[in-house]
Amino acid sequence: MLDVLVIGGGNAALCAALVAAEAGAKVMLLESSAREERGGNSIHTRNIRCMHDEPQDVLTDAYPEDEYFEDLLRVTKGITNEALARMVIRQSSNCRSWMRQHGVRFQPSLGGTLHLSRTNAFFLGGGKALVNAYYRSAERLGIQIRYQSPVVGLECKGNRIVAALIGEPSAADRDDVRADWPVRERIEAKSIVIASGGFESNIPWLTEAWGEAAANFRIRGCRFNRGRVLRQLIDAGAQAIGDPTQCHAVAIDARAPLYDGGIVTRVDCVSLGIVVNTAGERFYDEGEDFWPKRYAIWGRLVAKQAGQLAWSVIDSQAHGRFMPPVFPGEEAQSLPELARKMNVPVEPFMKTIETYNDAVVPGHFDHAVLDDCHTKGLTPSKTHWALRLEKPPYRAYPLRPGITFTYLGVKVDEDAKVLGFDNVYAAGEIMAGNVLGQGYVAGIGMTIGTIFGRIAGAQAASHASRDHAPS
Amino acid sequence: MTQASSFRSIMLSPAQAEGARVMGICNSCRYCEGFCAVFPAMERRLDFKSTDMDYLANLCHNCGACYHACQYAPPHEFALNVPQAMAKIRKESYAYYAWPSALGRLYQRQGFALSLALVLAFAVTMFVANALIGSTAVQGQLSFYAVMPHETMVLLFGSVFLFAILAMTIGAIRFWREQAVPTQAGAGKESLAAIASLRYLDGGGDGCVEQSDAPSLARRHLHHATFYGFMLCFASTSVATLYHYGFGWKAPYDFLSLPVILGTLGGLLMCLGTAGLLMLRFRRDPRLGDPEQFPMDVGFICLLFLVAFTGLALLVLRDTSAMRASLIIHLATVMAFFLLMPYSKFVHGLYRGLAILKHQREQKSPNPLGLAEG
Repeated sequence: MLDVLVIGGGNAALCAALVAAEAGAKVMLLESSAREERGGNSIHTRNIRCMHDEPQDVLTDAYPEDEYFEDLLRVTKGITNEALARMVIRQSSNCRSWMRQHGVRFQPSLGGTLHLSRTNAFFLGGGKALVNAYYRSAERLGIQIRYQSPVVGLECKGNRIVAALIGEPSAADRDDVRADWPVRERIEAKSIVIASGGFESNIPWLTEAWGEAAANFRIRGCRFNRGRVLRQLIDAGAQAIGDPTQCHAVAIDARAPLYDGGIVTRVDCVSLGIVVNTAGERFYDEGEDFWPKRYAIWGRLVAKQAGQLAWSVIDSQAHGRFMPPVFPGEEAQSLPELARKMNVPVEPFMKTIETYNDAVVPGHFDHAVLDDCHTKGLTPSKTHWALRLEKPPYRAYPLRPGITFTYLGVKVDEDAKVLGFDNVYAAGEIMAGNVLGQGYVAGIGMTIGTIFGRIAGAQAASHASRDHAPS
Repeated sequence: MTQASSFRSIMLSPAQAEGARVMGICNSCRYCEGFCAVFPAMERRLDFKSTDMDYLANLCHNCGACYHACQYAPPHEFALNVPQAMAKIRKESYAYYAWPSALGRLYQRQGFALSLALVLAFAVTMFVANALIGSTAVQGQLSFYAVMPHETMVLLFGSVFLFAILAMTIGAIRFWREQAVPTQAGAGKESLAAIASLRYLDGGGDGCVEQSDAPSLARRHLHHATFYGFMLCFASTSVATLYHYGFGWKAPYDFLSLPVILGTLGGLLMCLGTAGLLMLRFRRDPRLGDPEQFPMDVGFICLLFLVAFTGLALLVLRDTSAMRASLIIHLATVMAFFLLMPYSKFVHGLYRGLAILKHQREQKSPNPLGLAEG
């Protein structure tokens, strides 16, 4: 019988499988995707947030435990388990040598991300390179890897999960989250690690919290995070943690693919222009703070607009000043022409622009600082980088909410053990809500996944070695 | 020239358009920035013109690391494949910058070009050797120059070699003129170092990928063996020329003489390097390159191997009755190599070297873009 069965195929699952195999356990990993799409949302990541008391190879300066924890407190507004959070933070200071042993390589922060050079270690080649390195290491360690193996059921006996049931999706219903896939195989193991992500790719489930608006969401990550295992775990008695209605949502280009748009679909010109809804009206301060600190509120803001659609509008003063967008903007020599291309009513749009332009107070524009270009007597105001929109050509980029991850998960203890179970451990997005109750700070998802993945793997292997229950 | 390539200087060819599409998406992502020079060079641009694509494509060493790291590689609908897009543009650029232009089409038919060059070289070498054989006394131990007098050899090979150098120089000038290279001089030292060490043929440190996503430094090492072996052979010929004209010492030289030591070492390295590269080329994941370039790559590697191998064979057989045949065979392969230099994979070193020089100069100039943090 297997010692450890890992459900999931992303960073947390791989860390758990690798540590368990290193401890001598017989390990199998179940990835619901095909090999070419393996790795879950980890393939879209690019860095890990690490505590350090002095400069460390690619990390500059210092990022002490307390500062890290304060950053976490600020974004979560206190919705965190301090003991678990501090444990994750402390272990983030020395996990990278282990990652390197398994082939992960680091580099200084990427161009355009200098603001992260102190706190975040970037993966050379990004998250997919990390995932590939871990899979190669897993193969070397003799871990059995099963692709196209979605878990459709968990078999419980008392407070133990004794087996997982692998479903057989047909090509036709691969994307049908409600399909009742027949069971292909039943796999028993002494310990189970669940690292199968959240439920953000399950649009019917998102609809429960967001109503029909969810139909207009784009999923930034993979199509495989359907939350099947999460729901079964909660149904089997695991304690839920995290707001079941909440998800991390950013504003992305409306033309992004439904799944896997990843990093490139972001639109980084919001703070350089204005944002209007389909009625041609502004609805929030575009210049509230630096874009990296604000992009995560715009998903929610756009989700509340009619049709979950908005437009970021800039003039030529902003061209070439922001990270190049993946889709070209609508372009026009005049603002009414632009409104027609956006399919936004011309009159209210022009009124918005005129009111905004009249309210702009001249200042010294500098996108590198919180400058003094702002509006006066305008609601909502634009507090920084406010320049009159008057220099053609004008461009507009359509925005929609892009869902990164969901917060609902299961409660765990410091051994990554799922509360209420004897042999079940959880790591990654499925338990991230223990530490990250809301909000987000760049690179912490990979920190939680890596640290809890390693703990879960070690504890699952140790539990299996003590387990003498009849198989 | 095809219609696509004749319009190439004013608009993007289909291969360049695909490359520009790919670079547009890469430029919004930048995860591969640490792999090589291509991505930092890309980040200095917001749109990609024909000349930009020729530059970036020749800067690409085809290590393949970015393909496996790409979150947008197939089956993703963006279907990004940087190594393949760059390989296709590279081949087009070799043909486009070739001089005379008409011979650029030989890149489309490398198998034919290789056979033609070999046949031609054999015919010429045999003819010259046979025409002269009657006038030379054939008795006792044969010297190389009994098969072909030194002056004839120099005239024949020297003129073909000089033509090849001329053709490649014109190609290089054509390429360089189309590139808006930062004018300040310098960066020569950094460029030479990057070329000599194959700095960008390492996928950011761990090496290139071949049949799987596992990186390996094998290709870099084998390329080093081939390149430095080639340079040793070149040094051997140069020393021999010096011996001949400077000191009046005539070949064949003693086994322990400098030209023979350099040539033997160089020949062995080239044989080892090219045999290894050939093996890797056959094993390589075909998605990482342009499948149409297989004949160009394999043909060129085989020709280099033949040049080295026949040179070594000549050394072994030079005191036997097979000397004459082995000399003719070796001279013919060398002649074929010279003939093909400007119209084969050989030019990859030329355009890549220039692209590296441009890149190093760019890196020394301030970035023209000042983008907000994203």
